Amino acid sequence: MARNSKKRYAMTVDTRQCVGCKACVLACKSENDVPDGYCRDWIVEEVRGEFPSLSAEIRSERCNHCSDSPCVTACPTGASHVQEGGVVMVNHGKCTGCKACIGACPYDARFVHPKGYVDKCTFCLHRVNRGLEPACVGVCPTGTLAFGDLRDPDSHVSSLLRTRKSKVNHPESGAEPNVYFLV
Amino acid sequence: MATTRREFIRIGGMGAGAIGLGSGLFTKWWGLDSDPVHDPGTDGDTVIPTFCELCFWKCGVLAHVKNGKVTKIVGNPEHPLSRGKLCPRGTGGMGLLYDPDRLKKPLLRKHGKRGEQTFEEVSWETALDFTAGKLEKIRKEHGPEAVALFSHGYGGSFFKTLMAAYGSANITAPSYAQCRGARDVGFNLTFGAPVGSPEQIDLSNSRVITLIGSHLGENMHNTQVQDMALAISKGAELVVVDPRYSTAAGKAKHWLPIKPGTDLALLLAWMHVIINEGLYDREYIEKYATGLDKLKEHVADKTPEWAFTETSIAPEKIVATARFIAGAHPASIVHPGRHVAWYGDDVQRSRAIAILNALLGSYGRRGGFYVPTQMSVPKLAIPAIAAKPPKAPDTPKGKPFPFADEVISQGIRDACFPGHADYDIKGWIVYGTNLIQALPEPDKTVQAIQNLDLLVAVDVLPAEIVGYADVVLPEATYLERWDDIGGTPYLEQFLAVRQEVVPPMFESKPGWWIAKELGKRLGHADFFPFETGEQLVSERLKKGGYDVAEIKKRGVLKGKPAAVTTEDGLELSFGTPSGKIELFSEQMAGAGLDPIPNYTRHPQPGPGEFRLLYGRAPSHTFGRTTNNRFLSEVYSENEVWLSAKTAREKGLNDGEKVVLVNSSGVKSEPVRLKATQRIRHDCVYVVHGYGHDHPGLKFARGRGMSDSKLMDRAATDPISGTQGMNVVFVTVERA
Repeated sequence: MARNSKKRYAMTVDTRQCVGCKACVLACKSENDVPDGYCRDWIVEEVRGEFPSLSAEIRSERCNHCSDSPCVTACPTGASHVQEGGVVMVNHGKCTGCKACIGACPYDARFVHPKGYVDKCTFCLHRVNRGLEPACVGVCPTGTLAFGDLRDPDSHVSSLLRTRKSKVNHPESGAEPNVYFLV
Repeated sequence: MATTRREFIRIGGMGAGAIGLGSGLFTKWWGLDSDPVHDPGTDGDTVIPTFCELCFWKCGVLAHVKNGKVTKIVGNPEHPLSRGKLCPRGTGGMGLLYDPDRLKKPLLRKHGKRGEQTFEEVSWETALDFTAGKLEKIRKEHGPEAVALFSHGYGGSFFKTLMAAYGSANITAPSYAQCRGARDVGFNLTFGAPVGSPEQIDLSNSRVITLIGSHLGENMHNTQVQDMALAISKGAELVVVDPRYSTAAGKAKHWLPIKPGTDLALLLAWMHVIINEGLYDREYIEKYATGLDKLKEHVADKTPEWAFTETSIAPEKIVATARFIAGAHPASIVHPGRHVAWYGDDVQRSRAIAILNALLGSYGRRGGFYVPTQMSVPKLAIPAIAAKPPKAPDTPKGKPFPFADEVISQGIRDACFPGHADYDIKGWIVYGTNLIQALPEPDKTVQAIQNLDLLVAVDVLPAEIVGYADVVLPEATYLERWDDIGGTPYLEQFLAVRQEVVPPMFESKPGWWIAKELGKRLGHADFFPFETGEQLVSERLKKGGYDVAEIKKRGVLKGKPAAVTTEDGLELSFGTPSGKIELFSEQMAGAGLDPIPNYTRHPQPGPGEFRLLYGRAPSHTFGRTTNNRFLSEVYSENEVWLSAKTAREKGLNDGEKVVLVNSSGVKSEPVRLKATQRIRHDCVYVVHGYGHDHPGLKFARGRGMSDSKLMDRAATDPISGTQGMNVVFVTVERA
């Protein structure tokens, strides 16, 4: 699917380290000038059990930049497309705001920007193309987030996925998501 | 608890949905079919390093400025406290800088009672002349010691200079008596040094981290949370003692949901096990400590079974955790905490924590407590102070607190009631601290204010205290000003610079300018030997032989490597009278106090009552940031945590509005209920800093509830004068 097959960008989220502080959410908002009331990444806190036998998992979530992305398939105008490294992007100019992609996304990762187009996480491709980390990865005080190329065996994400147990959200979607949660 | 994705979308979902321009069909025709990578354009034309003031940790940041506007703030990778990373608050400086509710012009109360919003906008000239005139009058009539400064924040240094010149030593901050004071007194009595800020703990190298009510992760002191996460990534384990299943508890190997008010019993039982089973660091104790025999005798009957009856923690759990904690020594740290103003025996609890760390041999050791190092910058020459000002009247007549080592804020407040203390306080300068929320017994604070001849507020936003002032001096935010320069005690030596990123907005002025102008009017111009803040910083740096251009460019200068633990080659020494770690404190014995901590049984809530506990949200610094619209995107009002089981029994539903009522009948503002498994049945919990009522805080006003308003009592520690504030019992009623 990816236009450039040389790279396959992915993100890992270490749930053992995340404290759910939401620095990632705010850093994304300022980096990407996300309008008030919206966000491209978010925190999910799941607490299971009954007092005092409890367990918790905190996840920083965002668009999964799926390898078989339902949003791209659903998009009638070609606005949702696959960029360098498999990053799923929305071309603002081509988007009519029809929301077909929002319905198709298994992860609830998309929203309609007040300017009318659909918006979501871009893995900060504008930064990545300049050799920088996505803003959320850059700010994260707990080192929860890592970003890199899955096809590069020496990348940080590759080595984390080799050495740590991981999972993805909604594996049953068949979309082949690229955000991995280290447990 | 987290806003779910769907809820977040809904926040702004309404009213969105204008139809986009053009369709794929058309753009294809127009040949506009390429898919460029859109750049949001938030990178600055200039990037200026400075350090943060959203809290008091002082993380180095890089502020991006584009067309004169700050577009984003990121961490400065060279700064040791941020290491390029920020907590949520640090990213939100724009929310403070561009807050539409900022104080814009000096304000003067020309009529009306303090607390009534009857201000008139005046020129700086008028405001400063008025203030200096009043200060001069108080000095003439009552002596300079009748004026007190309450100060919280880095820029307060200029007002401290002003006070020294004026002739008063009455400088106080609620960060002592209402926050970390008891901890520092307890550690000072044990190790001969306070813990300080940043806490001198080497968490990143710890193998076991024990938190006593400390909620790191919700309390987002950047470096400390980074270090905790780093330790976890290296396999460290947490032991968390907290009546609430905090974020840290969710990561802990052992969570001990202790009955509130009984921590000291657990600490003594841990000592009992560690000493009886010989798990302490014998060599370390022999070399550095005194009083082990007395301690051993003292804790002989503090068995896990005894502690169980107090704490509700099972004896076998107490034994298991004691062994677990001791098993990792000396890289095992019992965190000293920060906000420790709980029950009124907080020095003794802090002493117990200090003693436990001594048994673990963790003080001065890698993965334990390091001994901080610091760079210094020479001061510019100022006149010598002619006469030593009288001691602060911060205690009731004849009732000193033997080991208080800072001025006690509530004592200064109480000295406004004529005859209460050795002399009366007549004027307050309040810099950056909202005393209405920071001090318990807010009614008393309001009464005390009515007795004053002058109240000056220097602030950025109209916090409640500002509404009680006679004159309001609008300060520039940290992004709009130079501040003084100085070293920070830390693991490594560094200097960081606070420099102006954008010019002050409105008619706000930097603190140095305000203090200098007042100083001039009071005849103390020579205490401010500089024309600008930038010049002050540059000259001090030059005097110290530092590279001024370099620090302006990088934001930071690093010093020489220094040994901070015995593993680096540090020789340990202790500033106690014996020169050793004092497990048994002769100083305390001499003052008629328990030389080894004793457990005191505190009152517990009756049927239907709950102990009111409070803490932090990661995206806020108590009331200081609750009006910050950017930060409030992720947390905009507090909620009351109540055990789900109790809520069910009371017929209360998660998410509905309730009010808390204290035992004097004071009601809180209506607040959302969070019915949760994550808290014991005998307490409720809120994030502190909400329930603002100043009309000028247009965003924060009316959001959530104020825990301070319910604090009509506090338990004063007889050793330090600090105030325990976890002593309020409430009932929960449907709003």
